[in-house]
Amino acid sequence: MRKKNGAAGYLFFLPGFLFFALFILYPLIRNLIYSFYDFRLTNINQLKFVGLDNYKHVFGDEVFWISIRNIFIYGIISVPGQMILGFLVAYALYQNRPGTKTFRVLYFLPVITSWVVASLIFKYVFADQGFLNYAITDILHLSDRTISWLSEPGKALIVLGILGIWKGVGWAMVIYMAALQGVPKDQYEAASLDGCNAWNQIRYITLPSIRSTTFFIQMMLIIGAFNVFTSVYLITNGGPLHQTEVMLTRMYQKAFSEYDLGYASALSYVFAVIIAGLTAVQFRLNKQE
Amino acid sequence: MRSLKTFCIYALLVAGGVISIYPLVYMLLTALKPMTLLFEFPPRFLPSEMTLSNFREAWGSQNFALYLLNSLLVTLASFALIFLLSSMLAFAYSRFDFKGKSLSFAIIMGGLVIPSLTLLIPQFVLIRQLGLFDSRWGLIVVYAAGSIPFTTFLLKGFFDSITRDIDESVEMEGGGAWTLFASIILPLSKPAFVPATIFNALTVWEEFPWALTIINDPLKRTLPIALANFQGQYTTQWGIVFAGSLIAVIPIILLFLLLQRYFIAGITAGAVKG
Repeated sequence: MRKKNGAAGYLFFLPGFLFFALFILYPLIRNLIYSFYDFRLTNINQLKFVGLDNYKHVFGDEVFWISIRNIFIYGIISVPGQMILGFLVAYALYQNRPGTKTFRVLYFLPVITSWVVASLIFKYVFADQGFLNYAITDILHLSDRTISWLSEPGKALIVLGILGIWKGVGWAMVIYMAALQGVPKDQYEAASLDGCNAWNQIRYITLPSIRSTTFFIQMMLIIGAFNVFTSVYLITNGGPLHQTEVMLTRMYQKAFSEYDLGYASALSYVFAVIIAGLTAVQFRLNKQE
Repeated sequence: MRSLKTFCIYALLVAGGVISIYPLVYMLLTALKPMTLLFEFPPRFLPSEMTLSNFREAWGSQNFALYLLNSLLVTLASFALIFLLSSMLAFAYSRFDFKGKSLSFAIIMGGLVIPSLTLLIPQFVLIRQLGLFDSRWGLIVVYAAGSIPFTTFLLKGFFDSITRDIDESVEMEGGGAWTLFASIILPLSKPAFVPATIFNALTVWEEFPWALTIINDPLKRTLPIALANFQGQYTTQWGIVFAGSLIAVIPIILLFLLLQRYFIAGITAGAVKG
Protein backbone atom coordinates (compact mmCIF):
# COMPACT_ATOMS: atom_id res chain seq x y z
CA MET A 1 0.00 0.00 0.00
CA ARG A 2 1.21 3.45 -0.86
CA LYS A 3 1.12 6.09 1.79
CA LYS A 4 -0.71 9.37 1.44
CA ASN A 5 1.13 12.56 0.72
CA GLY A 6 0.26 16.17 1.13
CA ALA A 7 -0.84 18.74 3.62
CA ALA A 8 -3.03 16.52 5.81
CA GLY A 9 0.04 14.71 7.11
CA TYR A 10 1.51 17.95 8.41
CA LEU A 11 -1.70 18.78 10.22
CA PHE A 12 -1.29 15.59 12.23
CA PHE A 13 2.46 15.97 12.58
CA LEU A 14 3.00 19.61 13.47
CA PRO A 15 1.12 20.12 16.76
CA GLY A 16 2.95 17.31 18.54
CA PHE A 17 6.31 18.05 16.96
CA LEU A 18 6.22 21.78 17.69
CA PHE A 19 5.19 21.11 21.27
CA PHE A 20 8.05 18.64 21.65
CA ALA A 21 10.46 21.08 20.01
CA LEU A 22 9.49 23.95 22.32
CA PHE A 23 9.65 22.07 25.62
CA ILE A 24 12.39 19.49 24.92
CA LEU A 25 14.60 20.39 21.94
CA TYR A 26 14.88 24.12 22.52
CA PRO A 27 15.79 23.65 26.23
CA LEU A 28 18.35 21.00 25.25
CA ILE A 29 20.13 23.51 23.00
CA ARG A 30 19.75 26.36 25.47
CA ASN A 31 21.36 24.18 28.11
CA LEU A 32 24.47 23.74 25.97
CA ILE A 33 24.73 27.52 25.58
CA TYR A 34 24.25 28.14 29.32
CA SER A 35 27.09 25.79 30.09
CA PHE A 36 29.54 28.28 28.52
CA TYR A 37 28.24 31.26 30.49
CA ASP A 38 28.54 32.55 34.00
CA PHE A 39 24.87 32.14 34.73
CA ARG A 40 23.33 32.60 38.16
CA LEU A 41 19.78 33.14 39.27
CA THR A 42 20.90 36.62 40.28
CA ASN A 43 22.23 37.70 36.86
CA ILE A 44 19.65 36.01 34.68
CA ASN A 45 19.50 38.97 32.26
CA GLN A 46 23.21 39.70 31.86
CA LEU A 47 25.06 36.48 31.22
CA LYS A 48 28.81 36.58 30.78
CA PHE A 49 30.60 34.25 28.37
CA VAL A 50 33.26 32.28 30.23
CA GLY A 51 34.27 29.62 27.72
CA LEU A 52 35.09 26.31 29.33
CA ASP A 53 35.28 27.62 32.89
CA ASN A 54 32.17 25.79 34.06
CA TYR A 55 33.51 22.50 32.68
CA LYS A 56 36.85 23.14 34.38
CA HIS A 57 35.02 23.69 37.65
CA VAL A 58 33.09 20.45 37.20
CA PHE A 59 36.20 18.36 36.63
CA GLY A 60 38.11 20.14 39.38
CA ASP A 61 35.32 19.56 41.87
CA GLU A 62 36.04 16.79 44.33
CA VAL A 63 32.34 16.16 44.92
CA PHE A 64 31.87 15.51 41.18
CA TRP A 65 34.27 12.57 41.40
CA ILE A 66 32.61 11.31 44.58
CA SER A 67 29.25 11.42 42.81
CA ILE A 68 30.64 9.42 39.87
CA ARG A 69 32.05 6.83 42.26
CA ASN A 70 28.70 6.61 44.05
CA ILE A 71 26.77 6.18 40.81
CA PHE A 72 29.00 3.22 39.97
CA ILE A 73 28.54 1.68 43.42
CA TYR A 74 24.78 2.17 43.12
CA GLY A 75 24.74 0.69 39.63
CA ILE A 76 26.89 -2.31 40.53
CA ILE A 77 24.50 -3.15 43.39
CA SER A 78 21.17 -2.38 41.79
CA VAL A 79 21.49 -3.32 38.10
CA PRO A 80 22.56 -6.99 38.43
CA GLY A 81 20.24 -7.36 41.43
CA GLN A 82 17.21 -6.29 39.44
CA MET A 83 18.18 -8.30 36.37
CA ILE A 84 18.93 -11.59 38.11
CA LEU A 85 15.97 -11.49 40.47
CA GLY A 86 13.68 -10.15 37.75
CA PHE A 87 14.65 -12.99 35.44
CA LEU A 88 14.25 -15.69 38.10
CA VAL A 89 10.84 -14.42 39.13
CA ALA A 90 9.73 -14.11 35.50
CA TYR A 91 10.97 -17.64 34.79
CA ALA A 92 8.95 -18.97 37.72
CA LEU A 93 5.82 -17.02 36.82
CA TYR A 94 5.54 -16.68 33.06
CA GLN A 95 3.38 -19.75 32.63
CA ASN A 96 -0.14 -19.73 34.00
CA ARG A 97 -0.11 -21.96 37.04
CA PRO A 98 -2.12 -21.75 40.25
CA GLY A 99 -1.28 -18.55 42.11
CA THR A 100 0.99 -17.03 39.47
CA LYS A 101 -1.34 -14.10 38.84
CA THR A 102 -1.34 -13.13 42.51
CA PHE A 103 2.44 -13.31 42.61
CA ARG A 104 2.77 -11.14 39.52
CA VAL A 105 0.66 -8.44 41.17
CA LEU A 106 2.65 -8.74 44.44
CA TYR A 107 5.97 -8.33 42.65
CA PHE A 108 4.68 -5.43 40.60
CA LEU A 109 3.36 -3.42 43.57
CA PRO A 110 6.75 -1.85 44.41
CA VAL A 111 7.00 -0.63 40.79
CA ILE A 112 3.77 1.32 41.13
CA THR A 113 4.69 2.67 44.55
CA SER A 114 6.06 6.12 43.88
CA TRP A 115 9.74 6.88 44.52
CA VAL A 116 8.81 9.45 47.14
CA VAL A 117 6.67 6.99 49.11
CA ALA A 118 9.17 4.15 48.75
CA SER A 119 12.01 6.42 49.90
CA LEU A 120 10.05 7.55 52.95
CA ILE A 121 9.25 3.94 53.90
CA PHE A 122 12.92 2.94 53.60
CA LYS A 123 13.98 5.98 55.60
CA TYR A 124 11.63 4.88 58.37
CA VAL A 125 12.51 1.16 58.31
CA PHE A 126 16.28 1.80 58.23
CA ALA A 127 16.29 4.62 60.78
CA ASP A 128 18.54 4.25 63.85
CA GLN A 129 15.46 3.59 66.00
CA GLY A 130 13.66 1.81 63.17
CA PHE A 131 12.17 -1.63 62.97
CA LEU A 132 15.13 -3.21 61.22
CA ASN A 133 17.60 -2.26 63.94
CA TYR A 134 15.15 -3.49 66.54
CA ALA A 135 14.81 -6.80 64.70
CA ILE A 136 18.60 -7.18 64.39
CA THR A 137 19.47 -6.33 67.98
CA ASP A 138 16.49 -7.48 70.05
CA ILE A 139 14.76 -10.22 68.09
CA LEU A 140 17.53 -11.96 66.16
CA HIS A 141 20.38 -10.87 68.46
CA LEU A 142 22.74 -10.54 65.51
CA SER A 143 24.39 -7.49 66.98
CA ASP A 144 24.15 -5.65 70.26
CA ARG A 145 24.68 -2.18 68.84
CA THR A 146 22.22 -0.36 66.60
CA ILE A 147 23.60 0.06 63.10
CA SER A 148 23.59 3.56 61.62
CA TRP A 149 22.38 2.51 58.20
CA LEU A 150 21.77 5.96 56.86
CA SER A 151 24.50 8.08 58.37
CA GLU A 152 27.48 5.97 57.33
CA PRO A 153 28.14 6.55 53.61
CA GLY A 154 28.99 2.95 52.70
CA LYS A 155 25.92 1.51 54.38
CA ALA A 156 23.68 4.28 53.09
CA LEU A 157 24.70 3.50 49.51
CA ILE A 158 23.89 -0.16 50.12
CA VAL A 159 20.45 0.79 51.47
CA LEU A 160 19.87 2.99 48.41
CA GLY A 161 20.90 0.07 46.18
CA ILE A 162 18.53 -2.28 47.99
CA LEU A 163 15.74 0.24 47.53
CA GLY A 164 16.55 0.32 43.81
CA ILE A 165 16.36 -3.46 43.63
CA TRP A 166 13.16 -3.67 45.68
CA LYS A 167 11.48 -1.15 43.44
CA GLY A 168 12.77 -2.46 40.12
CA VAL A 169 12.49 -6.25 40.20
CA GLY A 170 8.83 -6.13 39.14
CA TRP A 171 9.65 -4.04 36.08
CA ALA A 172 12.37 -6.41 34.90
CA MET A 173 9.99 -9.31 35.62
CA VAL A 174 7.25 -7.94 33.36
CA ILE A 175 9.62 -7.33 30.44
CA TYR A 176 11.26 -10.75 30.87
CA MET A 177 7.86 -12.46 31.08
CA ALA A 178 6.82 -10.95 27.77
CA ALA A 179 10.03 -12.25 26.19
CA LEU A 180 9.79 -15.71 27.76
CA GLN A 181 6.34 -16.19 26.29
CA GLY A 182 7.90 -15.75 22.87
CA VAL A 183 10.38 -18.63 23.27
CA PRO A 184 9.10 -21.55 21.16
CA LYS A 185 7.83 -24.39 23.37
CA ASP A 186 9.08 -27.21 21.12
CA GLN A 187 12.68 -26.21 21.88
CA TYR A 188 12.11 -27.00 25.54
CA GLU A 189 10.43 -30.29 24.68
CA ALA A 190 13.31 -31.36 22.51
CA ALA A 191 15.75 -30.42 25.23
CA SER A 192 13.98 -32.35 27.96
CA LEU A 193 13.88 -35.41 25.68
CA ASP A 194 17.63 -35.08 25.40
CA GLY A 195 17.81 -35.24 29.19
CA CYS A 196 18.72 -31.59 29.55
CA ASN A 197 18.28 -30.35 33.13
CA ALA A 198 16.62 -27.09 34.10
CA TRP A 199 19.87 -25.18 34.52
CA ASN A 200 21.16 -26.24 31.09
CA GLN A 201 17.79 -25.42 29.56
CA ILE A 202 18.04 -21.88 30.91
CA ARG A 203 21.63 -21.56 29.83
CA TYR A 204 21.49 -23.00 26.33
CA ILE A 205 17.91 -22.31 25.25
CA THR A 206 16.23 -19.60 27.28
CA LEU A 207 18.98 -17.05 27.74
CA PRO A 208 20.22 -17.11 24.12
CA SER A 209 16.69 -16.68 22.73
CA ILE A 210 15.92 -13.65 24.91
CA ARG A 211 19.28 -11.96 24.50
CA SER A 212 17.91 -8.82 22.93
CA THR A 213 15.49 -8.42 25.84
CA THR A 214 18.33 -8.82 28.33
CA PHE A 215 20.25 -6.16 26.43
CA PHE A 216 17.26 -3.81 26.47
CA ILE A 217 16.70 -4.31 30.22
CA GLN A 218 20.38 -3.85 31.00
CA MET A 219 20.52 -0.63 29.02
CA MET A 220 17.39 0.84 30.57
CA LEU A 221 18.53 -0.10 34.08
CA ILE A 222 21.95 1.47 33.62
CA ILE A 223 20.35 4.67 32.37
CA GLY A 224 17.96 4.43 35.32
CA ALA A 225 20.83 4.03 37.78
CA PHE A 226 22.46 7.19 36.41
CA ASN A 227 19.17 8.99 36.87
CA VAL A 228 18.77 8.12 40.54
CA PHE A 229 17.70 11.27 42.34
CA THR A 230 14.57 11.16 44.48
CA SER A 231 15.67 8.39 46.84
CA VAL A 232 19.08 9.97 47.48
CA TYR A 233 17.58 13.44 47.85
CA LEU A 234 15.03 12.27 50.41
CA ILE A 235 17.01 9.64 52.33
CA THR A 236 20.51 11.12 52.73
CA ASN A 237 20.37 14.34 50.69
CA GLY A 238 23.93 13.57 49.63
CA GLY A 239 25.21 13.71 53.20
CA PRO A 240 27.08 13.30 55.40
CA LEU A 241 29.55 15.82 53.93
CA HIS A 242 28.64 15.00 50.29
CA GLN A 243 29.75 11.40 50.75
CA THR A 244 26.56 9.93 49.25
CA GLU A 245 26.08 12.58 46.57
CA VAL A 246 25.13 11.35 43.09
CA MET A 247 25.35 13.42 39.90
CA LEU A 248 21.79 14.64 39.90
CA THR A 249 21.65 15.59 43.57
CA ARG A 250 24.88 17.51 43.01
CA MET A 251 23.42 19.23 39.98
CA TYR A 252 20.24 20.14 41.83
CA GLN A 253 22.14 21.50 44.77
CA LYS A 254 24.47 23.62 42.61
CA ALA A 255 21.52 25.02 40.69
CA PHE A 256 18.96 25.66 43.37
CA SER A 257 20.90 25.99 46.64
CA GLU A 258 24.00 27.71 45.32
CA TYR A 259 22.22 29.29 42.31
CA ASP A 260 25.12 28.43 39.99
CA LEU A 261 23.09 27.47 36.92
CA GLY A 262 26.07 27.63 34.54
CA TYR A 263 27.94 25.01 36.55
CA ALA A 264 24.83 22.85 36.79
CA SER A 265 24.25 23.08 33.02
CA ALA A 266 27.82 22.01 32.34
CA LEU A 267 27.44 19.15 34.81
CA SER A 268 24.22 18.00 33.19
CA TYR A 269 25.94 17.94 29.77
CA VAL A 270 28.83 15.93 31.14
CA PHE A 271 26.20 13.64 32.59
CA ALA A 272 24.35 13.30 29.28
CA VAL A 273 27.61 12.60 27.41
CA ILE A 274 28.54 9.86 29.88
CA ILE A 275 25.14 8.21 29.42
CA ALA A 276 25.33 8.51 25.63
CA GLY A 277 28.86 7.06 25.69
CA LEU A 278 27.84 4.13 27.87
CA THR A 279 24.85 3.41 25.67
CA ALA A 280 27.05 3.46 22.55
CA VAL A 281 29.57 1.11 24.17
CA GLN A 282 26.80 -1.28 25.13
CA PHE A 283 25.43 -1.31 21.58
CA ARG A 284 28.94 -2.04 20.32
CA LEU A 285 29.46 -4.91 22.73
CA ASN A 286 26.04 -6.31 21.95
CA LYS A 287 26.82 -6.32 18.22
CA GLN A 288 30.14 -8.05 18.67
CA GLU A 289 28.64 -11.00 20.54
CA MET B 1 11.43 -35.17 43.89
CA ARG B 2 9.35 -33.11 41.55
CA SER B 3 6.94 -32.04 44.27
CA LEU B 4 9.86 -31.08 46.50
CA LYS B 5 11.15 -28.87 43.72
CA THR B 6 7.76 -27.25 43.25
CA PHE B 7 7.54 -26.70 46.97
CA CYS B 8 10.94 -24.99 47.03
CA ILE B 9 10.01 -22.74 44.13
CA TYR B 10 6.78 -21.71 45.81
CA ALA B 11 8.57 -21.14 49.12
CA LEU B 12 11.07 -18.83 47.42
CA LEU B 13 8.29 -17.03 45.59
CA VAL B 14 6.42 -16.50 48.83
CA ALA B 15 9.57 -15.18 50.51
CA GLY B 16 10.13 -12.73 47.63
CA GLY B 17 6.47 -11.76 47.70
CA VAL B 18 6.67 -11.02 51.41
CA ILE B 19 9.73 -8.83 50.85
CA SER B 20 7.91 -7.04 48.03
CA ILE B 21 4.86 -6.26 50.08
CA TYR B 22 6.30 -6.03 53.60
CA PRO B 23 7.30 -2.33 53.41
CA LEU B 24 3.84 -1.46 52.11
CA VAL B 25 2.10 -3.41 54.87
CA TYR B 26 4.38 -1.82 57.42
CA MET B 27 3.43 1.59 56.06
CA LEU B 28 -0.27 0.75 56.41
CA LEU B 29 0.15 -0.53 59.97
CA THR B 30 2.15 2.55 60.97
CA ALA B 31 -0.54 4.80 59.50
CA LEU B 32 -3.13 2.98 61.62
CA LYS B 33 -1.15 3.38 64.85
CA PRO B 34 -2.15 6.09 67.28
CA MET B 35 0.56 8.74 67.59
CA THR B 36 1.26 7.77 71.20
CA LEU B 37 2.25 4.24 70.22
CA LEU B 38 4.59 5.29 67.40
CA PHE B 39 7.69 5.15 69.60
CA GLU B 40 6.62 2.47 72.03
CA PHE B 41 9.35 0.10 73.03
CA PRO B 42 9.62 -2.69 72.13
CA PRO B 43 8.09 -1.73 68.74
CA ARG B 44 5.25 -3.99 67.68
CA PHE B 45 4.57 -5.09 64.14
CA LEU B 46 0.82 -5.30 64.69
CA PRO B 47 -0.44 -2.24 66.55
CA SER B 48 -2.27 -2.96 69.79
CA GLU B 49 -4.77 -0.19 69.03
CA MET B 50 -5.87 0.98 65.63
CA THR B 51 -7.16 4.40 64.69
CA LEU B 52 -8.06 6.40 61.63
CA SER B 53 -6.97 9.65 63.26
CA ASN B 54 -3.83 9.88 61.11
CA PHE B 55 -5.95 9.69 57.98
CA ARG B 56 -8.35 12.33 59.32
CA GLU B 57 -5.46 14.59 60.18
CA ALA B 58 -3.76 14.09 56.80
CA TRP B 59 -6.94 14.43 54.75
CA GLY B 60 -8.30 17.44 56.61
CA SER B 61 -5.95 19.71 58.50
CA GLN B 62 -2.87 18.73 56.49
CA ASN B 63 -4.62 19.43 53.17
CA PHE B 64 -3.99 16.08 51.52
CA ALA B 65 -7.46 16.21 49.99
CA LEU B 66 -6.32 19.31 48.13
CA TYR B 67 -3.00 17.74 47.09
CA LEU B 68 -4.87 14.72 45.78
CA LEU B 69 -7.08 17.02 43.74
CA ASN B 70 -3.99 18.86 42.40
CA SER B 71 -2.37 15.57 41.41
CA LEU B 72 -5.56 14.40 39.73
CA LEU B 73 -5.96 17.66 37.79
CA VAL B 74 -2.35 17.71 36.65
CA THR B 75 -2.43 14.05 35.64
CA LEU B 76 -5.70 14.29 33.73
CA ALA B 77 -4.71 17.47 31.89
CA SER B 78 -1.31 15.98 31.02
CA PHE B 79 -3.03 12.85 29.74
CA ALA B 80 -5.35 14.84 27.50
CA LEU B 81 -2.34 16.58 25.93
CA ILE B 82 -0.17 13.44 25.76
CA PHE B 83 -2.77 11.30 24.04
CA LEU B 84 -4.01 13.99 21.66
CA LEU B 85 -0.54 15.02 20.48
CA SER B 86 1.07 11.57 20.49
CA SER B 87 -1.74 9.79 18.70
CA MET B 88 -1.81 12.46 15.98
CA LEU B 89 1.96 12.19 15.62
CA ALA B 90 1.81 8.42 15.53
CA PHE B 91 -0.92 8.58 12.89
CA ALA B 92 1.16 10.95 10.76
CA TYR B 93 4.16 8.60 10.99
CA SER B 94 2.08 5.52 10.36
CA ARG B 95 -0.03 6.71 7.43
CA PHE B 96 1.65 9.63 5.67
CA ASP B 97 4.80 10.45 3.77
CA PHE B 98 6.16 13.92 4.25
CA LYS B 99 9.41 15.83 4.10
CA GLY B 100 11.56 15.41 7.19
CA LYS B 101 9.65 12.35 8.31
CA SER B 102 12.50 10.04 9.21
CA LEU B 103 14.70 12.80 10.61
CA SER B 104 11.98 14.14 12.89
CA PHE B 105 11.10 10.60 14.00
CA ALA B 106 14.73 9.95 14.93
CA ILE B 107 14.83 13.21 16.87
CA ILE B 108 11.68 12.38 18.82
CA MET B 109 12.94 8.89 19.60
CA GLY B 110 16.19 10.45 20.81
CA GLY B 111 13.98 11.99 23.48
CA LEU B 112 13.59 8.51 24.98
CA VAL B 113 17.16 8.56 26.26
CA ILE B 114 17.51 12.20 27.33
CA PRO B 115 17.52 12.14 31.13
CA SER B 116 14.72 14.50 32.10
CA LEU B 117 16.84 16.18 34.74
CA THR B 118 19.32 17.29 32.08
CA LEU B 119 16.57 19.62 30.94
CA LEU B 120 15.69 20.90 34.39
CA ILE B 121 17.57 24.19 34.25
CA PRO B 122 16.68 25.38 30.74
CA GLN B 123 13.06 24.28 31.26
CA PHE B 124 13.03 26.22 34.50
CA VAL B 125 14.19 29.36 32.65
CA LEU B 126 11.73 28.78 29.79
CA ILE B 127 8.79 28.23 32.12
CA ARG B 128 9.62 31.46 33.95
CA GLN B 129 9.76 33.33 30.66
CA LEU B 130 6.39 31.92 29.66
CA GLY B 131 4.93 33.08 32.97
CA LEU B 132 4.10 29.51 34.02
CA PHE B 133 6.36 29.41 37.07
CA ASP B 134 4.58 28.27 40.23
CA SER B 135 1.54 27.15 38.22
CA ARG B 136 0.08 23.75 37.54
CA TRP B 137 0.29 24.47 33.80
CA GLY B 138 4.04 24.61 34.18
CA LEU B 139 3.86 21.00 35.35
CA ILE B 140 1.35 19.87 32.73
CA VAL B 141 3.16 21.09 29.60
CA VAL B 142 6.52 19.66 30.67
CA TYR B 143 5.04 16.30 31.69
CA ALA B 144 3.17 16.09 28.39
CA ALA B 145 6.22 16.95 26.30
CA GLY B 146 8.35 14.44 28.16
CA SER B 147 5.84 11.64 27.55
CA ILE B 148 5.49 12.22 23.81
CA PRO B 149 8.42 10.02 22.63
CA PHE B 150 7.40 6.85 24.47
CA THR B 151 3.68 7.23 23.77
CA THR B 152 4.24 8.01 20.08
CA PHE B 153 6.53 5.00 19.74
CA LEU B 154 4.00 2.68 21.37
CA LEU B 155 1.01 3.96 19.39
CA LYS B 156 2.83 4.05 16.04
CA GLY B 157 3.74 0.39 16.48
CA PHE B 158 0.12 -0.45 17.04
CA PHE B 159 -1.24 1.77 14.24
CA ASP B 160 1.22 0.11 11.84
CA SER B 161 -0.29 -3.26 12.65
CA ILE B 162 -3.78 -2.13 11.58
CA THR B 163 -4.38 -3.18 7.98
CA ARG B 164 -4.31 -0.54 5.25
CA ASP B 165 -7.42 -2.09 3.68
CA ILE B 166 -9.38 -0.14 6.26
CA ASP B 167 -7.87 3.11 4.97
CA GLU B 168 -9.08 2.32 1.48
CA SER B 169 -12.59 1.46 2.48
CA VAL B 170 -12.87 4.65 4.51
CA GLU B 171 -11.69 6.58 1.44
CA MET B 172 -14.24 4.82 -0.77
CA GLU B 173 -16.95 5.81 1.67
CA GLY B 174 -15.78 9.38 1.17
CA GLY B 175 -14.24 9.77 4.63
CA GLY B 176 -11.16 11.93 5.06
CA ALA B 177 -8.01 11.43 7.11
CA TRP B 178 -9.66 12.76 10.28
CA THR B 179 -12.53 10.24 9.99
CA LEU B 180 -10.05 7.42 9.55
CA PHE B 181 -8.08 8.64 12.57
CA ALA B 182 -10.86 9.45 15.00
CA SER B 183 -13.53 6.89 14.15
CA ILE B 184 -11.50 3.90 13.01
CA ILE B 185 -7.86 3.85 14.12
CA LEU B 186 -8.29 5.25 17.63
CA PRO B 187 -11.16 2.94 18.66
CA LEU B 188 -9.26 -0.07 17.27
CA SER B 189 -6.18 0.84 19.28
CA LYS B 190 -7.62 0.49 22.77
CA PRO B 191 -5.18 -2.32 23.70
CA ALA B 192 -2.22 -0.02 23.04
CA PHE B 193 -3.65 2.69 25.27
CA VAL B 194 -3.59 0.42 28.34
CA PRO B 195 0.19 0.12 28.73
CA ALA B 196 0.50 3.75 27.62
CA THR B 197 -1.92 4.79 30.37
CA ILE B 198 -0.18 2.78 33.07
CA PHE B 199 3.36 3.89 32.20
CA ASN B 200 2.42 7.54 31.77
CA ALA B 201 0.30 7.50 34.93
CA LEU B 202 3.27 6.11 36.84
CA THR B 203 5.65 8.80 35.64
CA VAL B 204 3.29 11.78 35.83
CA TRP B 205 1.60 10.87 39.12
CA GLU B 206 4.83 10.38 41.02
CA GLU B 207 7.00 13.01 39.35
CA PHE B 208 9.07 14.74 42.00
CA PRO B 209 12.08 16.87 40.95
CA TRP B 210 10.31 19.12 38.45
CA ALA B 211 7.38 19.83 40.78
CA LEU B 212 9.86 20.48 43.57
CA THR B 213 11.59 23.03 41.34
CA ILE B 214 8.70 25.12 40.08
CA ILE B 215 5.92 24.86 42.69
CA ASN B 216 6.32 27.22 45.66
CA ASP B 217 2.70 27.93 46.58
CA PRO B 218 1.69 25.31 49.19
CA LEU B 219 -1.85 25.27 47.75
CA LYS B 220 -0.58 24.11 44.35
CA ARG B 221 1.48 21.20 45.63
CA THR B 222 1.04 17.77 44.12
CA LEU B 223 1.15 14.69 46.37
CA PRO B 224 4.87 13.82 45.97
CA ILE B 225 6.14 17.26 46.98
CA ALA B 226 3.48 17.61 49.67
CA LEU B 227 4.68 14.33 51.22
CA ALA B 228 8.37 15.16 51.03
CA ASN B 229 7.68 18.58 52.44
CA PHE B 230 5.54 17.30 55.29
CA GLN B 231 8.10 14.68 56.27
CA GLY B 232 10.88 17.27 56.15
CA GLN B 233 8.92 19.62 58.39
CA TYR B 234 7.49 17.17 60.94
CA THR B 235 10.24 14.57 61.05
CA THR B 236 8.60 12.35 63.64
CA GLN B 237 4.96 12.36 62.51
CA TRP B 238 5.34 9.11 60.60
CA GLY B 239 1.71 8.08 61.12
CA ILE B 240 0.50 11.10 59.18
CA VAL B 241 3.30 10.79 56.61
CA PHE B 242 2.19 7.26 55.81
CA ALA B 243 -1.52 8.10 55.88
CA GLY B 244 -0.67 10.73 53.24
CA SER B 245 1.49 8.21 51.38
CA LEU B 246 -1.43 5.81 51.18
CA ILE B 247 -3.63 8.58 49.81
CA ALA B 248 -0.93 8.99 47.14
CA VAL B 249 -0.47 5.30 46.37
CA ILE B 250 -4.03 3.96 46.46
CA PRO B 251 -5.33 5.65 43.27
CA ILE B 252 -2.45 4.27 41.22
CA ILE B 253 -2.82 0.77 42.71
CA LEU B 254 -6.55 0.85 41.89
CA LEU B 255 -5.81 1.95 38.33
CA PHE B 256 -3.30 -0.86 37.98
CA LEU B 257 -5.60 -3.52 39.41
CA LEU B 258 -8.34 -2.30 37.10
CA LEU B 259 -6.14 -2.50 34.00
CA GLN B 260 -3.70 -5.26 34.90
CA ARG B 261 -5.62 -7.94 33.00
CA TYR B 262 -5.00 -6.05 29.76
CA PHE B 263 -1.62 -4.75 30.84
CA ILE B 264 0.46 -7.92 30.63
CA ALA B 265 -1.35 -8.91 27.45
CA GLY B 266 -0.62 -5.48 25.95
CA ILE B 267 3.07 -5.69 26.75
CA THR B 268 3.28 -9.23 25.42
CA ALA B 269 1.61 -8.23 22.18
CA GLY B 270 4.01 -5.30 21.85
CA ALA B 271 7.03 -7.49 22.48
CA VAL B 272 5.95 -10.11 19.97
CA LYS B 273 5.46 -7.46 17.32
CA GLY B 274 8.61 -5.55 18.22
